Amino acid sequence: MAGKYVLEATGIAKSFSGVTVLDGAELCIEPGELHALMGENGAGKSTLMKIIMGIYTKDAGKVVLDGKEVEFKSARDALDAGISMIHQELSPIPEMTVAENVFLGREQKKFKGLPFVDKKELNRKTQELLKEYDLDQFISPTMKMKDLNIAQIQMMEIIKAVSYNSKVIIMDEPTSSLSEKETETLFRIIDSLRKKNVGIIYISHRMEEVFQLADRVSVLRDGQFIGCVKVAEASREQLINMMVGRELEGGYPHNTAKKGDVVLELKDFTRKGVFENVNLKVHAGEILGMAGLVGAGRSEVMKALVGYDPLDSGEIYLEGQKITIKHPNDAVKHHIVMASEDRKELGLVLCRSIKENVSLQNFDKLSKGSFIQKLKERKMAGEYTEKMATKMNGIDDLVSSLSGGNQQKVVLAKCLLSEPKVLIMDEPTRGIDVGAKAAIYNIMVGLANQGIAIIMISSEMPELIGMSDRIIVMSGGQVKGELEGAEAQSQQTIMNLAFGGE
Amino acid sequence: MTQKKDMGKILRQFGLVIVALIIIVFMSFTSDVFLTSQNIINILRQISINGILAVGMTFVILTGGIDLSVGSVVAITGVIVGSLLKDGTNWFIASLAALAISMVCGAINGWLIAYVGFQPFIATLSTMTIGRGFAQVYSNGKPYIISDPSFKVIGQGYFLGIPVPIILLVIFCVLGLVVLSMTTFGRYVFAIGGNKSAAKLSGVRTQRVQLMVYVLSSICAWMVGLILAARISSGQPTAGESYEMDAIAATAIGGTSMNGGIGSLTGTICGFVILGLLQNSMNLMNINSFWQQIVKGLLIIIAVFLDMRTKGKKN
Repeated sequence: MAGKYVLEATGIAKSFSGVTVLDGAELCIEPGELHALMGENGAGKSTLMKIIMGIYTKDAGKVVLDGKEVEFKSARDALDAGISMIHQELSPIPEMTVAENVFLGREQKKFKGLPFVDKKELNRKTQELLKEYDLDQFISPTMKMKDLNIAQIQMMEIIKAVSYNSKVIIMDEPTSSLSEKETETLFRIIDSLRKKNVGIIYISHRMEEVFQLADRVSVLRDGQFIGCVKVAEASREQLINMMVGRELEGGYPHNTAKKGDVVLELKDFTRKGVFENVNLKVHAGEILGMAGLVGAGRSEVMKALVGYDPLDSGEIYLEGQKITIKHPNDAVKHHIVMASEDRKELGLVLCRSIKENVSLQNFDKLSKGSFIQKLKERKMAGEYTEKMATKMNGIDDLVSSLSGGNQQKVVLAKCLLSEPKVLIMDEPTRGIDVGAKAAIYNIMVGLANQGIAIIMISSEMPELIGMSDRIIVMSGGQVKGELEGAEAQSQQTIMNLAFGGE
Repeated sequence: MTQKKDMGKILRQFGLVIVALIIIVFMSFTSDVFLTSQNIINILRQISINGILAVGMTFVILTGGIDLSVGSVVAITGVIVGSLLKDGTNWFIASLAALAISMVCGAINGWLIAYVGFQPFIATLSTMTIGRGFAQVYSNGKPYIISDPSFKVIGQGYFLGIPVPIILLVIFCVLGLVVLSMTTFGRYVFAIGGNKSAAKLSGVRTQRVQLMVYVLSSICAWMVGLILAARISSGQPTAGESYEMDAIAATAIGGTSMNGGIGSLTGTICGFVILGLLQNSMNLMNINSFWQQIVKGLLIIIAVFLDMRTKGKKN
């Protein structure tokens, strides 16, 4: 039945040790369409993709590629058959060049049968690809992967997928680490892929993107196929309803907290070559948004503030008192805590339990001298993770077993147990589904109402505008503007400043 | 399904104990000597050396590091104590002096690794070589004969009928277990091995903890140095050669990940007990030492393989 679909997955079921993850999942992709796949975290999107890619074996159902039923044994099989995937977690080999990375595992040989790589040919082919997608002005084939920034690495992953001449490309949250401008480049690449009749499966939590890009949307909920709609005929509310299965009021919760005195003030923060003369104030009960492109130096300022990164000069005033922070330990003692954007790298110790992660930062409360008060630790870790409505079997679960949204909740539980006066949230909802996002927004407003000053770094414009009382825009390591009131509602003003305008 | 899972869990938790029991049961049938109190005390005395080193090594490996220099610290301890005793120094003062120097060795390791940024393998490989050379230079390559009877008690004496080295082993194991499972320091050790950056951002003084872990390992090496010197009545510059390897082997058999973050001291204890049992059994069965090496290597491969399998089952 070779029909209109290039890829057809129907009736897919899968369970892990008795827990049903997928039950009757379905996904049909037309050639040349961008097909968004949406659903809350844990809805089974990743599992479905891994089944299509042959990484997991399915319990039931069938996958049909180009009219033929296929049964991939590994991702390699899927690649050879014409399905490639760009994972959310990037895995470049830092010491290799761009060209070597693109053609990893299928290098052109200089002489047939001999293991000498024809580097010239690799570089030439890579250059062609870069040129085709207008990336050759930023990236050259001989650059090392470690010299690229996250966005460029992401681009290269996409180029790599394209180079396989795939019929179907799966993109898992491709824009989660891209700034607006880089996202545009990505969209351009996507457009040219469509013209080549490539079917694209696009997993994203960003509603705006889906409406801007996708032709059709399939929604999964709790492992089941809820439906497939044409984007042109769908509304935002409809999609959210399909995903969460309940009415969810759109928009962002309003921060009703009374703004108090200045809690934290930074004066002339400078780290040479990274940021300079950054001044900012944040009040009790306020949510201060930090806007800027990726690489504008926002996270770097915050990491220096909490003592994680070195600082060349600058002063910190907490509630009017000058303090010095030389190590994150000092920051925690002063109740300034940071929930990092990078949960895997900086936020959590993945191979340890939820309990141990929550208590790690808080032994001043949970120990007597050097000895851990184990009962208290259990109680507090349980209490705070419950407060965050973390989905788990128990606090002894390994953090690595949780979904992204729930991992973020563990990070927040850890931070809140430190009774923060200032809470820094770097991309608090990156890679998190709609339901969990709303939960985190409500938590933020709740915290502001307790008089906590919140600094939120975000690259999602609606989130920034929706959540912030005041917005500071950074560009090239400098503060370019501070927006309040109506100005802080204008996407145009913010973007203009973020691009370095006045 | 769940039953199978439980079996896996049980195997993972008690697998090593079961292996030890199998060896004991097998040997009690094949050898008349094995279960005699003399032989058991023999085994325990043998494992006390490797056991104490393995306790320190477990801490180091849990942070994601490794300490190759422990054997050399054993030798340094021996020659320093030997020379001081020869000059008539009180045995207690001599031991303390050696402790101070051992701790300096550990601090150098820790400083190179935590503050300068050397890879643990390279840093401790260097200090291992330097340490061995230092012991040779200090003693001019000759052993110091030790005759102080009070000092010899550490290696040859009994307390309540139990050989002193065994008592010391138990003390070190208990202290290690308490520190690792009940104190904040223990948690920091696991956290640093699991994710050093996240630990730092959470306010853990990662450099300080790393430094302390290497000092701890050197303190264990010092203890072994004293026991060894007291037992053979001489401080030898060649003592303790390749001891680090047995300590690492015990840790690996015990299921501690060489990447750090995952593992336990109880595992390590099982590890060195099994190694000791195996060596003793093979000696009793007259298997020559060349074959013993092969068996020891195979044991590490099998233990780590099974560990990977039971842990990997999850997905």
